[in-house]
Amino acid sequence: MSGRYELRFSGAGGQGLILAGVIMAEAASIYDGKQAVQSQSYGPEARGGASKSEVIISDGPIDYPKATVVDALLALTQEACDKYSHDLKEGGILLIDSDLVTKEPVGNFKVTKFNITNTAKNEIGREIVTNIVALGAMVALTGVISKESAEKAVLARVPEAFLELNKKAFNVGYEKALAAQK
Amino acid sequence: MAKKVAFMQGNEAGAHGALYAGCKFFAGYPITPSTEVAEVMSAELPKVGGKFIQMEDEIGAMAALIGASLTGTKALTSTSGPGFSLKQENIGYACITEVPCVIFNVMRGGPSTGMPTGPSQSDIMSAKWGTHGDHPAICLVPASVQEIFEETVRAFNLSEKYRTPVTIMPDEIVAHMRERIVFPEPGELEVINRTAPSVPPEKYKPYDTSFGDVPPLAAFGTNYRFHVTGLNKMEDGFPTTKAAIVQAEEERQVRKVEANADDIIKYEEYLMDDADIVVVAFGSTSRSARFAVNEARKQGIKAGLFRLITFWPFPEKQLLALSKKVKAFITPEMNLGMCTGVVKGCIEGNAPVHGIFRVDGEPINPGQILDKMKEVK
Repeated sequence: MSGRYELRFSGAGGQGLILAGVIMAEAASIYDGKQAVQSQSYGPEARGGASKSEVIISDGPIDYPKATVVDALLALTQEACDKYSHDLKEGGILLIDSDLVTKEPVGNFKVTKFNITNTAKNEIGREIVTNIVALGAMVALTGVISKESAEKAVLARVPEAFLELNKKAFNVGYEKALAAQK
Repeated sequence: MAKKVAFMQGNEAGAHGALYAGCKFFAGYPITPSTEVAEVMSAELPKVGGKFIQMEDEIGAMAALIGASLTGTKALTSTSGPGFSLKQENIGYACITEVPCVIFNVMRGGPSTGMPTGPSQSDIMSAKWGTHGDHPAICLVPASVQEIFEETVRAFNLSEKYRTPVTIMPDEIVAHMRERIVFPEPGELEVINRTAPSVPPEKYKPYDTSFGDVPPLAAFGTNYRFHVTGLNKMEDGFPTTKAAIVQAEEERQVRKVEANADDIIKYEEYLMDDADIVVVAFGSTSRSARFAVNEARKQGIKAGLFRLITFWPFPEKQLLALSKKVKAFITPEMNLGMCTGVVKGCIEGNAPVHGIFRVDGEPINPGQILDKMKEVK
């Protein structure tokens, strides 16, 4: 399975992680000319609980649609980090919200952390764009899709009145992740 | 002109497939993990002059489908396990009255409310035997977003062609995952419409077998009148208990599907030419199997995949032929052995069948299948 790159976006239900995964996969599949599959797993609750969205990106056809060995993991809550970090590969990318995930998983990972949720809330002004800040950060850290495609995919998915807000969220996330990268 | 491309969910693709096939009526009751089908239909049907009704319950939705279809309208419902159980009485009614309609059933954990957001493949027996009595069954099990679109079109075609309800059953993983889809242009895929009567209204009989095993179906509202009942009936549609007629009618209804199995059965063979270990799988599980087959080949194991696209009627003939030349079958499925039993039932003991069963809401992963291949090789 050469070229199979696996990403997992995890956190609590209601944080928009499924949408973040959808946008990432859409950018790869529609704008970057790669193949992508997005799938999800969530509990019956509309808010809370642990939620994950997985994206597989490849140059060739993708058969198994779920993650096998995760290349890059985003965890926005401690619960999600505890539950979904077990199959992150050695040397894999781990992005965590530094305010909400205080206990890092044990292992040899490339950990990047910053206050993702508070960045959305205080710097962008709307907590609702936490997922887009995180998406920007994941695009920066993984480099698996182009920044231009990702930004196009974000803007294609949001209502017109919120274009600037989301564009800012995406770019702030992108820059902050690069700055925080070890 | 470039074809329209989108990145969408399996359920959404199913709804668009139905619209492509000419569906103009949807009745249903929302249920996870199938709700997106209803969402798309509710938004799109009014634009094409169709009707969307959110019904009071599932059996009511099934009744509405039968009524709509009897007016000549292609009709769809979507549901999941618990709703599929509730629809069964009227699915039987559609079978005996021979009314075309399509049921889009997304498989989640069961029985009862089970695991609403968890995947499963445990409704395949319900698709054949969920309603009581002998009756034909056609059930399709797509494995990708593109295939859900295309198989939904085929579900309508088969339903119209054979005057019978057709069930299309993606599992939750395939129904909820998103992939790129290339929309076929109008006319690119075949769209079949039921045969209309060639005789005037006064001469029309709804079950007139002189036209073959699938009699033409008139539309209510076009001056044709006929009787519709769930009782065993004569060729004019009125009830009968005459033994010879009932026997012949029951046999004809089953025969119209069984005798046309070759037209209905669809499957894909992958790396099967020299395979001695054959995985028989469908839906999302077949994608794990394909991954496992590729890995096995790298390790020198001659593995192949027989992917079911039609589940009912089951490709008995094909598997029996295969069983005479392979070493073993592996049957991974998200239930406790339903497909495994069917495979065993048609291969006359010619080869061992090793099941892999999961009902914990997690997919069967490629590693599990690969381990089994190593064990049996």
